[in-house]
Amino acid sequence: MKALIRATFLTLSTLLVGAIAAQSGAHTGHDSSHAAVSNAQLDAEDVAEEHPTHAEGHTKFNPGEMIMGHVGDEHGWHLWGHTTLPLPIIIYNTERGFTSFSSGHFDHGHKTYGGYMLHEGKVVATTAADGTDAHHAAIDEALTKATWDVSITKNVLGMLVSITIMLLVFLSVARHYRTNGLGAPKGIARFIEPIILFVRDDVAKANIGPGYARFMPYLLTVFFFILINNLMGLIPIFPFGANVSGSISVTFALAAITFIITLINGNRHYWGHILAMPGVPKPVLFILTPVEILGVFLRPAILMIRLFANITAGHIIVLSFFALIFIFGEIHAGLGWGVSIFSLVFTVFMSMMELLVAFIQAFVFTFLSAMYFGSAIEGAHAEHH
Amino acid sequence: MLIEFSFGLIFWMTVSFLVVLFILGKFAWKPILGVLSERERTIEDALNEAKKARDEFAVLKSQNEDLMRAAREEREVLLKEARDIRDREISEAKAKAKAEGDAMLTRAREEIRNEKNAALTEMKNQVAELSVMVAERILKEKLSDAAAQKALVDKVMSDADLRKS
Repeated sequence: MKALIRATFLTLSTLLVGAIAAQSGAHTGHDSSHAAVSNAQLDAEDVAEEHPTHAEGHTKFNPGEMIMGHVGDEHGWHLWGHTTLPLPIIIYNTERGFTSFSSGHFDHGHKTYGGYMLHEGKVVATTAADGTDAHHAAIDEALTKATWDVSITKNVLGMLVSITIMLLVFLSVARHYRTNGLGAPKGIARFIEPIILFVRDDVAKANIGPGYARFMPYLLTVFFFILINNLMGLIPIFPFGANVSGSISVTFALAAITFIITLINGNRHYWGHILAMPGVPKPVLFILTPVEILGVFLRPAILMIRLFANITAGHIIVLSFFALIFIFGEIHAGLGWGVSIFSLVFTVFMSMMELLVAFIQAFVFTFLSAMYFGSAIEGAHAEHH
Repeated sequence: MLIEFSFGLIFWMTVSFLVVLFILGKFAWKPILGVLSERERTIEDALNEAKKARDEFAVLKSQNEDLMRAAREEREVLLKEARDIRDREISEAKAKAKAEGDAMLTRAREEIRNEKNAALTEMKNQVAELSVMVAERILKEKLSDAAAQKALVDKVMSDADLRKS
């Protein structure tokens, strides 16, 4: 418990220091680079037409852009100031074939490379020569449609980091159990074991009943995957801080796996209740059956949205408190400093909340998945109408 | 921008999650859950064993107590028997001794009586002899006067010491 509290404070302090440094650096850097680009533009009118916010961009702080930049996904990992870690672009195009190169070639989205460029953060195809200014190059719609972007983005890398940590932790815990045998758990195992027991007894056994053992690997993996990604998302310094579990693509994939496992395990009793609820008059079934079928899809959809919304909302709130500092700082430097105290207090509070939410959301996702599995294999042992 | 399904992210997410699921399922969850359930079973077994041992001990203890009680009762019985035997023997010995003593006394009395009778008989015989002897002497001597007769009787009488015979 003491170690946990210490770790929490460590996390929070790094979060605060890191966030301040990253944000203050990010925006001065961003703005000056934009300024440099716009100075280099020969056709000033064109710039103003194409990017109307650009002219104001280098003087005015844009909180929405800053927050979305931190919450969303990118083809590069912004480290500090002007430094961005370029990430590999991997593209399969049904017309052009397989391509892979560093995102550094795009020069923060200002240049084209290998027949591709970034448009609003997305890889699009173009026929312009390499090194053309991306703001002028035309998007080739047909080729873009044929493009499948499987790049290692910030979120993919963040997820791989979390997965590495997961594998290291749990394989070492497993080794500990193999060598330690039936003795009392030590080290990380002492912290992990109650969680595993909790997932087994209060999530799996409680919701699935007998036959729960089949679902244990998935439930444990999904619980720790979400938990670790949630916690990593709270640490704002590289290689953590990617908003993995707050990305709808990630929650979509997780919910889809839960959905598929539920469908595969659904027994006659389960499908019988969905397609023709027993004991219900025929005319009512015309209303009930579509609702039930809709429910089959809604349940994983709700799983997906709940995790995504909770994690993203927490991040947005924390970032908004930081944005307040810069908004007031633009009015007056002293005001910015003054507001920063309140922002820090609220950020600490929100970070505590997010730490709680990290556990709660991992639990809720696992719990609901277990409930769906339980309903899928129900009836084999307990008939109730 | 925020709610945007990215094919690449979904692809990597699915692939890497399934790989993690496979690796952890095979090399982490299986051994960990195995050890956990085995440990629980061991603890349960140990508790059951302890309970059984406790029950067995209680049974043994009550058996011991029964044995002790039985032994104590038997000792009492034995002691009582021993005491009875002793008492009986003492009383028997007493009775025997008394009987013997009585018999001895009777015998002694009888002997005394016999002796007495014998003595009396002897004394009678002696008295008779003496009388005969006195009578003989008297008859042998011619007695003239009474005084001389008397003196003679006294002399004879003093000669005949009863105690000496």
